[in-house]
Amino acid sequence: MTTTGIVEGKPVARTDGRKRRPLRTRVMDVVQAYGVIFGLLALLVVMFSPFAIIAINAVKTPTDLAANGPLSLPQSVTMDNIVTFWNAVDFGGALRNSMVISLLVAVFATILSLLNAFALGIGNIRGAVWMLVFFMLANILPNEAIVYPLYYMAKFAGLYNTQLAVVIIFTVIQSAFGTYFIASVMRAFPREILDAAKVDGCSNMQLLVRVVIPVMRPSLMVFMVFAFIWTWNEFYLPMVFLISNSQYTVPVSVAVTQGQHMMNESQVAASALLGVLPCVVFFLLFQRTLTRGITAGSYR
Amino acid sequence: MKRRSSLDGGYAIFMLPGLLAFLLVIVGPFLATVFISFTTWNGVQAPKWVGIDNYFNLVSDPYFVASFQNTFVLLLAMVVIPTILGLLLAGLLYSYVARRFGPKTASFFRAGFYLPQVMPVAVAGVVWGWILTPDGALNSILQGVGLGVLAQNWLGDPGIAIFSVMGMMVWFQIGFPLVIFFTALQRMDQTVIEAASLDGASGWQTFIHITIHQIRPEIFVVVLMTTIATFKVFAQVFVLTRGGPGTATYVPSYYTYLNFFQKDQVGVGSAVATIVTVVVLLVAVVFINFQERRDLAKES
Repeated sequence: MTTTGIVEGKPVARTDGRKRRPLRTRVMDVVQAYGVIFGLLALLVVMFSPFAIIAINAVKTPTDLAANGPLSLPQSVTMDNIVTFWNAVDFGGALRNSMVISLLVAVFATILSLLNAFALGIGNIRGAVWMLVFFMLANILPNEAIVYPLYYMAKFAGLYNTQLAVVIIFTVIQSAFGTYFIASVMRAFPREILDAAKVDGCSNMQLLVRVVIPVMRPSLMVFMVFAFIWTWNEFYLPMVFLISNSQYTVPVSVAVTQGQHMMNESQVAASALLGVLPCVVFFLLFQRTLTRGITAGSYR
Repeated sequence: MKRRSSLDGGYAIFMLPGLLAFLLVIVGPFLATVFISFTTWNGVQAPKWVGIDNYFNLVSDPYFVASFQNTFVLLLAMVVIPTILGLLLAGLLYSYVARRFGPKTASFFRAGFYLPQVMPVAVAGVVWGWILTPDGALNSILQGVGLGVLAQNWLGDPGIAIFSVMGMMVWFQIGFPLVIFFTALQRMDQTVIEAASLDGASGWQTFIHITIHQIRPEIFVVVLMTTIATFKVFAQVFVLTRGGPGTATYVPSYYTYLNFFQKDQVGVGSAVATIVTVVVLLVAVVFINFQERRDLAKES
């Protein structure tokens, strides 16, 4: 339908006086637009191909893999690899551990950040700016700068190889960012509302609970979602602090057990798939929150 | 000028739990790490003070030197390439795809490219490790399209391993700059863009001269955060290569882990950790200073 148009390709003067662009330009626009879309789609396919390859091989028998290679579709779908891996490492336990740790950290880190941010962002206590710099620096400290003394302390306190140790440590680490993030949102809190509440005789605690928290709820929820996902995805510290199979989190379970059990290639693919799936669920649940990104003070 | 209001006083108490937690989990352990870095300690017997010997020895330690050299190479895959690709993709999606095909299409692509970001790095490492084995999917794809000569031992060849790790990093990182830049573009002043296009600027010219200029604060934040993340790289290397072959993919985090938990050289590990921390803090301070000076220059 458009091929004939290309030949003409001359500007057509319209009687109503509005300029109409030449047909050739319009055709080129359409070609360009679909070129861009197909280019992006191709890129997206490349981005997703690692997941697709893992998925088809997780449900393929080892004989099928050996005979037809990693790219062929499975001749028959089997759950054996997944079941074998699941039982070998008690993956259900790992899911439960990750869920408990990440939920507790998300809640506690939000509360701790809120209290800090209330003093810094609303209360504007003396040295608030320096305190914020302190929290920001604490946030960028590498794990290895604190891991060994924490490991030593945990052993001393009898908390080594317990989820409590991991919950305490990540609550503090995540709230370093949370304090910075929530305080910078709070600094834009309408002063008139605060002053009005004070005039009405609100105590600081009432101010926090009845005035600040309701208004801040969206930002608090955003931080809670990110704190949950970040904690779920952590690897170094959980690997150091949780050493028995029954305590493992999902990433530790998937990454560490590779060497421990004599797993074949198909079971490794199954383990990777099981590690990916919960995150796909979180992604679908929290997509709107996650895909806006978060940097201190610039979540919109 | 500071304004005295009903909001002064009684807020410091809200910081108390946060400050105690930070002293216990971050400040105390960090100071302990710095102290240990001046000792020889196997984690069991009493540490022995050796002054700056650990630091002195690191200068000629091939593992340490390699780990820092590799980190600078990794900046390319963690910072430079993702930031540039993220800018281009965000610009394309926001200024072109969203207008031509609607905001839903743009959001779809943004979400797709972001997906790896919600995965645990350790799990992503297992996915890629599976694909990069000598008889794995990547080599099968290359053979399938007649490029069998390009097949490699991706993780086992000392000359190639680091580039394989970098490939996974670009794939993993791309979503972060993309969502931050996309969000930045949404808050951008559209009148300037419209004025430019009325003046006959092409899409590309507008992008280079106006868009990039306007979202400079976000570019700054992304470069800062990803640069810091580069010095903390651990799980990728732990899962894919364990620093090998030889020292080809050693990174500081992994080297501290080995010193702390495998070689029982806690003093040496602490010295490396202290150096990494100082470097990361310096990067942050230099970046922030630079940004503030630019802001001041703009205001005057």
